[in-house]
Amino acid sequence: MPEEAKVLKIDYEKCTGCRLCELVCSVHHDGVSNPMRSRIKVVKWEADGIYVPMACQQCEDAPCLNACPAKAISRNVEMGRVEVDYAICIGCRTCVSVCPFGAMNFNSIERKVSKCDLCDGDPQCVRFCEVKAVDVVTEGDLSLPKKRQAAEKIVAAGVRSAVLEAESH
Amino acid sequence: MALNRKIGYVDLTTGEVDVQPIPLEARKKYLGGRGLDAYLLYNHTKKGCDPLGPDNVLLISGGLLTATCASATARTHVMAKSPLTGMLGSANMGGFFAPEMAWAGFHHLVIRGKAKKPVYLYVHDGTIEIRDAKHLWGLSTTDTQWAIREELGDEEVKSCVIGQAGENLVRFANVMTGVKNAAGRTGMGCVMGSKNLKAVAARGTMDINIAHPVEALEYNKGFIDQITSAKVNQTQGTLGTPFIWGATNSWGGLRTRNFQLNQLEYADDIEPERLDEIATETIGPHHMTGCFGCQVHCRAQYRIPSGPHAGKYDEGPEYTSQGAFGAEPECRSAETVLTGNHLVDQYGMDNLEVGSLIAWAMELYELGIINKKQTGGLDLRFGNDEALLEMTERIAFRKGWLANALADGGIPASEKIGKNSFDYLIQVKGMSNLHSDERATPALALNIATASRGSDHLRSRPAIDLYHLPEAVLRKIYSSPIPYEGPLSSEHTSYEGKPWQVFWQENCYMAVDCLGICKYHTVFLGATLPNFEDWPKVIYYNTGLEMTPEEIWEAAERCNMLERMFNLREGLARTDLKKGDMLNHRYFDEPCLRGAPGVVGLTIDRKKFKQMVDEFYTHKGLDKTGKPKAATLKRLGLAKEPSHLV
Repeated sequence: MPEEAKVLKIDYEKCTGCRLCELVCSVHHDGVSNPMRSRIKVVKWEADGIYVPMACQQCEDAPCLNACPAKAISRNVEMGRVEVDYAICIGCRTCVSVCPFGAMNFNSIERKVSKCDLCDGDPQCVRFCEVKAVDVVTEGDLSLPKKRQAAEKIVAAGVRSAVLEAESH
Repeated sequence: MALNRKIGYVDLTTGEVDVQPIPLEARKKYLGGRGLDAYLLYNHTKKGCDPLGPDNVLLISGGLLTATCASATARTHVMAKSPLTGMLGSANMGGFFAPEMAWAGFHHLVIRGKAKKPVYLYVHDGTIEIRDAKHLWGLSTTDTQWAIREELGDEEVKSCVIGQAGENLVRFANVMTGVKNAAGRTGMGCVMGSKNLKAVAARGTMDINIAHPVEALEYNKGFIDQITSAKVNQTQGTLGTPFIWGATNSWGGLRTRNFQLNQLEYADDIEPERLDEIATETIGPHHMTGCFGCQVHCRAQYRIPSGPHAGKYDEGPEYTSQGAFGAEPECRSAETVLTGNHLVDQYGMDNLEVGSLIAWAMELYELGIINKKQTGGLDLRFGNDEALLEMTERIAFRKGWLANALADGGIPASEKIGKNSFDYLIQVKGMSNLHSDERATPALALNIATASRGSDHLRSRPAIDLYHLPEAVLRKIYSSPIPYEGPLSSEHTSYEGKPWQVFWQENCYMAVDCLGICKYHTVFLGATLPNFEDWPKVIYYNTGLEMTPEEIWEAAERCNMLERMFNLREGLARTDLKKGDMLNHRYFDEPCLRGAPGVVGLTIDRKKFKQMVDEFYTHKGLDKTGKPKAATLKRLGLAKEPSHLV
């Protein structure tokens, strides 16, 4: 894989739950508005206000690829994605069953499986997500912002405990 | 495609369901959403029909652009004859319901009759099913929605529902979807309750073909950039609508102690920044949420920080709840605002009506017009937070003499209370005013006086009038798509040119309500946002329908006229205090006591107000009594209504 490979990064805490990603995904790929066709899906717990965008992680050791009996699924290193060759796909939906994220969809209108193809390098969900709940980042940077967030919490806790310590004297 | 979405006709008395297409002619004349609803209401009800009887029709709709690749097409419109006002009932909400109904194949539902037992409708991929709702009766708005999902085994089902207030026929019960989206005004939930209709659930997986998908996607991106780059929307996206509170309160634009004052002092605890702090503390740094496809995300999430409902999750509060549970009853606690907001969301009641009516009752109580026996032992003075929240609960369940009277709405309550109680009731056409005080803003006063659903800020308010924009900027906005060369004033206390601004905004807001998009995406709080000139492309790329800015304007004008014709049929008379384009006498007689130096001492000038109404009527093509001239009806193609196209 090239050094500057990009991956989709989902930060669910930032998601406002608006589902624009689902809309633009289906319009971009299929020319229609229909979340059922979308490769990305915002899963919601509305009673608690929790929203989690779910999309293909383009796994390194992809269960869909491994399980496909027709060998229709392969890794496209250049595009940084796992993709389906519809000329070979037999539509058995084994990939749908084995995907641990539910990210392989079955489109009941066209009766084919579908998954995120990162829009050939310009993911529309990312382009339209103003809060950056869905983003594209360089692989190397993936966990750096999380490290910083966690570190901030540690620092804040340290400050709080120092204050408590000082107040107790 | 969007244009092939259907109208579903449901008769709850007979159980009959009929599905019909929407003719292109109806689309071009009334677009969709609120406009086509107005046409359906005018055509499917008869003069004087009982709002709570089987002959009233309940209309639920999405707009022309709902769920297409346009920005923020989340709005659901609900319309019927109002049981609160006896005139036009009309309310609009965000969330996710209308898009789901559009994916299920429908843009409009026309629901008449009355079910023998509680029922709900299930709209699913081209079909409409009437289902038993006995097990849902008595549940709150959210519990109803979660129970329907469980029953149907589908977490993606979206429902619009009533809570206990709608079941108890509280005349300002609302229709809700999600945790806090409310079609709040004019008692549409009461109409649902009267039909034994607990909910309408929708689930759809049908394609909406986009006429020109590549162009639609690109245009939408530009639209969103325009919308999110506006400072006002960035602020909305951080603080939500409460951001309006700070400035409005400092210059003296908030109705306080019913109508005694125009500013709430010492209210730090309910300032937007404080509410934002609570949201951050109880939810986290990313606590803003949005409606379908919207990047403004103006709605906060929170948990009630303290008190008997501590820990409960809700969304908002909107600016309106700060008024209803803050300024009007003169309460100053975030806990009260957040709890009150939660109660009205759960029971399904209009927060504005609840807050206004209780504040009115507080003034009557302090004046001795009602006594402690009538309040059921409550010490209903201003600033009594516990009494405010207790009365809110009582209204939802019609518990006690006063709450039961208030649950019928202001005018009927004033008749029960008697004496001179009506003089203190701040309403237009039977609907209580927002908690804004319009004595320093003639344009806003004209707006609430003439709004089609009674006192209301979302029908024709030129909110940007408060920004003192240079005349050239106003000229650019207000002289398109129809040329206007009359006066325009940057001064918010002026009466000059305001009728044209109100007329322009009336058509602008009607257009967005027909398209199904949110008012934060047009000239409402932001002057730079899209309007008539920008919509033809969005409509064309998404639906293939070709319309000019002038044609959209004319359609909006036509729909507004239909709403007026409905009101005239139900008894609108220009100067009638209960059914007219008229304000409470206090607007003219009692000067503002607080606020900015230029605001203190102001009232609305009676003579100038009358001139404004005259001028507004002229712009609309009405005669001096407020009735449309024959030439106007002919010009708008309304001379032969009802015409029964659909």
